[in-house]
Amino acid sequence: MKKEDVPQDPSALTGVTRDVCYVKDKDGKYTTDLSIGWDVKKQALDNAWEDIHERVTEAAHQVEKGEISPIFYFMEKKLMDLTLLSGYTGFWKWTIKRHFKPSVFKNLSESKLNIYAKAFDISVKELKEFNG
Amino acid sequence: MDKIIPLYQHIQTAHCENGVATGLLKHHGLDFMTEPLMFGLGSGIFYIHIPFLMVNGGPAISYRSMPGWIFSRASKALGIKVNRKKFNNEKDAYDYLNQQISTGNPVGCQVGVYNLPYFPAEYRFHFNAHNLVVYGKENGEYLVSDPVMETVTKLTEEDMLKVRFAKGPLAPKGHVYYPENVKPVSKEQLQKAIFKAIHRTAFEMMYLPGPIVGVKGINYTANQIRKWREKLGPRKAGLYMGQIVRMQEEIGTGGGGFRFLYAAFLEQASEITGNQKLLTLSDEFTKAGDLWRTSAINMGRIFKGRLNEQKDFLESADMLDHIASIEKAAYKELRKIKM
Repeated sequence: MKKEDVPQDPSALTGVTRDVCYVKDKDGKYTTDLSIGWDVKKQALDNAWEDIHERVTEAAHQVEKGEISPIFYFMEKKLMDLTLLSGYTGFWKWTIKRHFKPSVFKNLSESKLNIYAKAFDISVKELKEFNG
Repeated sequence: MDKIIPLYQHIQTAHCENGVATGLLKHHGLDFMTEPLMFGLGSGIFYIHIPFLMVNGGPAISYRSMPGWIFSRASKALGIKVNRKKFNNEKDAYDYLNQQISTGNPVGCQVGVYNLPYFPAEYRFHFNAHNLVVYGKENGEYLVSDPVMETVTKLTEEDMLKVRFAKGPLAPKGHVYYPENVKPVSKEQLQKAIFKAIHRTAFEMMYLPGPIVGVKGINYTANQIRKWREKLGPRKAGLYMGQIVRMQEEIGTGGGGFRFLYAAFLEQASEITGNQKLLTLSDEFTKAGDLWRTSAINMGRIFKGRLNEQKDFLESADMLDHIASIEKAAYKELRKIKM
């Protein structure tokens, strides 16, 4: 890539930092330049977020309809999956899956709810009262 | 403890591990160290498409060697030891970090980016192999030199513990590291290290067994892309393409970025060793880097939904095969390079 071809498209990085790019100067030697972003990258990131928002909205609907517990919703919202949530809570994956059931969730002890709330960085009240 | 260590010189780099390693070695007196040299000496360039692993529900591709290897390999070649420590509990990790910086020793820390407050929100995924330097403490806050940031930053004690003890794949477990026993490096030693690293890179990209690593891995991805649209449907196949681009071009690195970085390394290597052939091969990697970027643009048209026909996927796949053939020829030549 030549120095004059470094993309300067506003992106999520704008105002926070810039990307270091290795580019050729006019004498054909490598040097570095800073880029505020690249549309192609921005689109890829935006797409990923759109997908996440869809999944979170869908999870909220499922909670609202009583099909799944708030734990599932917050897992999606905090961009986690079973492996991550298991890492943060210390619960087995199959235990967590069981806690996805609204009937099981309803009877979870305060201490278990506390562990989840801590993992999601929310209060127990928020976790318990979320209804979609 | 209220101590500042203003001696550490912040450097900004394209890739975090290169940046921490380069910064720490410079701090210990190796002024000649640059990011491309670190990347090259550590054989940082790589390719692997892991078929049974999913990242964020998409394909898992890495364009670089394992986290930590760049620093370890480059250091070993220069006769330096990297002291690494991981912890089972937060208290020990906290004490150890404080103890290191209070003795004036800036250290590298592996962290998760999800809870890194100074990162743009859009970039805060559960990615646990980010690296930064902690070089001091002031009014209860850590002084941090993060190589992807333009300037130094700070982290509170609470945030620091959170990011050092992020959970999930590649969990850092408080990982702290720093170079030990750094001695002046002779020109001969450096030249030898350069040739050795180049041969290792060429070997890894060409001869590691199995279809998913090195140049063959790029062909493997191409073949997968040919099947995606039919297997997954247009929407999901498009998302997968987006995921490739994200992994490829995330914060200045990945496919295109790493090729330019390697090209810059070969240019420097040519200067240091006087080998002209390396300069010619540097151009090949620049060419490959440009093609990776063109490929990203092409994939971008697909995931933006402007194009989403099977022929568009085929075109992207062909492009990757083309890149693989160019790189293969270059690694073949690198394998033959003699001191």
